[in-house]
This record gives sequence, C-alpha cells and structure tokens, in this order.
Amino acid sequence: MTAGTAVTPDYSPAPETIAAVLSRGARPPRPSALSSSLTFGWRAMLKIKHVPEQLFDVTAFPIMMTLMFTYLFGGALAGSPREYLQYLLPGIMVMSVVMTSMYTGTSLNLDVSKGVFDRFRSIPMWRPAPMVGYLLGDMFRYSMGAAVILVLGLILGFRPGGGPAGVLAGMALLVAFSFALSWMWTMFGLLLRTDKAVMGVSMLVLFPLTFLSNILVDPQTMPGWLQVFVDVNPITHLVAAVRGLMAGRVDGGEIVWTLAAGGVLTAVFGTLTMRLYNRR
Amino acid sequence: MTTSTHQEGATAAGERSAVPAIETSRLVKTFGGTRAVDGIDLVVPAGTVYGVLGPNGAGKTTTVRMLATLLRPDGGTARVFGHDVVREADAVRSRVSLTGQYASVDEDLTGTENLVLLGRLLGYRKAAARERAASLLEAFGLTEAADRQVKHYSGGTRRRLDIAASILNTPDLLFLDEPTTGLDPRSRNQVWDIVRAVVAHGTTVLLTTQYLEEADRLADRIAVIDRGKVIAEGTPGELKSSVGAGSVHVRLRDRRQREQARRVLARALETEVQLEADPVALTARIMNGDARASVQASRALAELDAAGVVVDDFSLGQPSLDEVFLALTGHPADTAEQTDKEVAE
Repeated sequence: MTAGTAVTPDYSPAPETIAAVLSRGARPPRPSALSSSLTFGWRAMLKIKHVPEQLFDVTAFPIMMTLMFTYLFGGALAGSPREYLQYLLPGIMVMSVVMTSMYTGTSLNLDVSKGVFDRFRSIPMWRPAPMVGYLLGDMFRYSMGAAVILVLGLILGFRPGGGPAGVLAGMALLVAFSFALSWMWTMFGLLLRTDKAVMGVSMLVLFPLTFLSNILVDPQTMPGWLQVFVDVNPITHLVAAVRGLMAGRVDGGEIVWTLAAGGVLTAVFGTLTMRLYNRR
Repeated sequence: MTTSTHQEGATAAGERSAVPAIETSRLVKTFGGTRAVDGIDLVVPAGTVYGVLGPNGAGKTTTVRMLATLLRPDGGTARVFGHDVVREADAVRSRVSLTGQYASVDEDLTGTENLVLLGRLLGYRKAAARERAASLLEAFGLTEAADRQVKHYSGGTRRRLDIAASILNTPDLLFLDEPTTGLDPRSRNQVWDIVRAVVAHGTTVLLTTQYLEEADRLADRIAVIDRGKVIAEGTPGELKSSVGAGSVHVRLRDRRQREQARRVLARALETEVQLEADPVALTARIMNGDARASVQASRALAELDAAGVVVDDFSLGQPSLDEVFLALTGHPADTAEQTDKEVAE
C-alpha cells in the first residue's frame, strides 16, 4: 500500500506527454470474435499465473474423490478396488470435472460485481467474447483436473483398453461437454446476486446430475422410476461415451447423444447468459 | 443539427462544432419504484468540460452509465456525437471511455497486463499493444509500478492507471465518475492536472463530482442534479452568483453576543445570516461576484470588531455542496438514500 505511493513521489502530469499518448495515429480495426475471445482466455491464464491457489479445486478435490470412492465402494461393488477402478475412473473423472465447472459461475459473479466488467462492456467487440474467454480458461482447468485423475488412476492400477488415443479422445469429449455445461453456470453467475447464492444453486443442480447417473454404480440395480431419470440425464450418456472411448469400445450413439446435449446446453444457456449480460 | 447535414462528415472540426458531444432529452431510468434519473436534459458541446454536481444517490452514476451504453434508459433519448446510445451502441462505444467510480481495472493483473489486455481488445497487435501500454504508463508516472499487481497500488496510483486505461482508445469523450472521491489532496491535484491535459488535447470530458470546488476548477459548465432532476445549469460563475460566491463562518467567544453578531453581519453583508447548531457559530452567504467576497468579508470582520464582538474564528470559503443545495432546493443534500442501489447496479 505504502509502496504504491512511494514509487512516484514527484509525479506531475506533463501535458505534452499526455497529449502525445492521446494522438497515437489511427485507431486499429475492430478485432475478430476469435481474437477477442483468445485475449480473454489469455486473461484467464494470467489470473491463474498470479493466483495459482485457484487450481486447488482441480487438483486436490479430484484426488480426494478418486481415492474415497475407489476404496469405499471397490470391495463391495466389484470384488476389489482395482477391478472397480476400471469401471469407476472414467466416471469419477467426469464427476470431478463437471463439479469444478461450477466455479465458473462464482468467479464470474465476483468479477462482474467489481468494476472491470464495465470496462469490457464499454469496448466495441463481439459481445460474448468475455464469457467465451472465461470458458476457454476453464477448459484449461478442466484438462488439468482430468489429467490429475488420469495420472492417479494409472498409479492405482487403471489400465484403459483404448490406449492413449482412446483416453485422450475421452478427455476431449469431457472437456467439450463441460464447456457447454458451463453456460448454465455463467447464467447463474449473472442472474444471482452473490457468489454464495451461485454456489448454492449450482450444487442443487450438480448433485442429482452427477450422483443419479451411472458414475458410481450400474443403473440396472436401481428402481425403475430412477432409471428413467438416469436414462435422460446427459451425464449418464457422457460417462457411457467416455467409458467406451477409454476402454476401446467406441459407442457412436452415446457420443452423438453427448454432443447433441452439449449443443442444446450451449444454445439455451448461452443465449440466456448473453441476454442477461446485455441487459445489465 | 438542422442545416448541418452536409457539413457533418466533412471534417472533424466541422463535426465538432455541429454535433454536441452529448444531447439527452427527458432521460429516465427506474430501479424498482425509484426514478433514479427522472427526465434529465443535457447538452454538452464538443471540446468542453461538463461538470455534473450532486450528492450520492442523485442519479449521477446512473446517468453516466446510460450515456456510456452500460445501462439501457427506460425513457427519453440520449445521443453521443449524434449516435443513439441504444440503437447505435457500438458507434458510441468506439468514441467514448469511462473511468468508473469503482476502479475498472483488474486487481489480479499488473499495470502492464491490464493495459496490454485492453489494447488487444481494442484491436492493437501484440507489439503495438505493448508499446502503447509502455508509453501510457510512462505518461502517467506508472513505469515503476508497471509490473506489480494492481491490488498492491495506492488509491491515487490505481486511479491514474484507471484513467490511463480509459484513454488507451483515444476517446473523443471521456466520462469521469467522481474521479477524486477518496483521494488524498496530492493525488487529487494530479488527477486535475491530467484532466486539464486531456481537455487541452481536445477531448470532451463529462465529470461527476460531489465537490463544487472541483466542478468550479475544471468545468466550463455545470449541471446540479438532485433526485434525478437537473435543478440548476450554467457556467460556474452563473451558478455561484445564484447560490453565493462563498460563505463566511464565524465562531464567537461568548454565546451571548451571537444575536448582536447576527445583526452586524446581516447589515455588513446585506444577506441572511444563519445560526448554527453550535451556540457560538454563525454562517452567512456572500451573494456578489467572488472578486468582492474577500473585501466584503474583511469589512464584516472589521465591523464585528468595532461593535465589540469577540471573534475566535473567522473563515471565508466556497459554498459547500450542502450550501448549494440549501440555496437551490431549500433542503440539504440528502445522501445515502439511493447509493446502495446505484452501487448494486
């Protein structure tokens, strides 16, 4: 604090230098949508660089989840933790990444409540760029979360039949779907007043979405009415698709289902997000 | 506006003289049941500094946010350089910049990163954005602070970075929303010097403030707003001659002499004298032009002395916002009422 004042004790604005920066030739042409979005993605990276603690949620949380569920349910459900891990790992990867996606909403909410978004909104550019940039930064976090789980899984004995290509394809599908789902959180981030409210509502959506699925157990053992929900839950289809890719049994139907669900999520919640963003 | 269609596009100078920087007509914004802005008409000629003076919650920030395309008006129209702020928002955005009341820079990033980020968003290529950031940081005395995170800046340094960020796009119109609120006197003077330099370059400035002194020093014209309405408009001189050039504040040694002091002051200054809550204090407004205020004040002091009134403290100051409001509206400036609401938006 004091350092700031000490830096330039004798600063007195010189009209000539200020006039010089005010008359810097022609204004550059308006940047493209892609360029603006990438610039915001760069901003997200800078924020990770300056506040690396924010990666805690994509490292510690997934490790905890994987260890907990593997050893808690492994023996009971599949005979041994190692066997259960072959079934669980793709699912737990989906669960962790999808759960960390909700931080998008809370951090957006905090950002908007500060003044810096006013500046962004008063720049003539492709309007969704700040949001897309946000989500691009988050895709990096999702990839990290997925990578952490993969490494841990390999250490614990996860042996995917699909090989590196299958595993990478599964992770890419997961990250793409999380990008689509995040539009729901950006909507809540702009709609609700406080970051705590955003967190609360996101939990309310995420818990049923992740637990009432095929992540932890085979839905065959569930009551019929619950199976109905599990069947329409997009997370179920995502998990099935990721499992298939990682195991080397590509299930085209599930992949198409997942991509379609992602498209619908982006169209609906992306539109609602932009409507809220423009109206503020 | 009427006959200038063929001139408008001709030259920048022609455009400047023809189209006002800002023109609003019955501008309205409602939050819940409150009319935060209640039919504001403003005309700001290009190349001038326009001061909007009012207490917290008067509607200053809301007005500025509508003009900067950040809020949609609920009624009336607003044009910036002839462009409608709603229908031609991008055309407005390309020519204006806003330094908000709450720092509109990213606290997690460094000064350089903030400016490079904005430069990139405005379309500068990487090298050009870096170069532009460096020259702005230098012009604003921020070179040494450039690589530190903004959250570690002092208030004055942060405000300078904020203004530097606002002129990165070389705006034709700069909005400064309470640029010196909360700053120490030295930082305040620096901001004033910056504003003068920006205006000298030809940029139009609209500045909101709670301080008559600030508006008086910087603005060519001033609008006083209260409860969402313009209650007075004119040059600082006109405004002061309607509310008084200054105020004389007197503190007596003996409260029993206050009635006598009131009569002496009323006669000497030919004005009404107010008795303050403090039983030894009086305040009188001086109504004539400010050139004579000191002459009148010293005569009043001499007469108090001649009448045998013992004066402990005697001061002459510019009217405060409260006194301006009392003179214009008959009620003191009430603050805080809508402040929270404006902040929340």
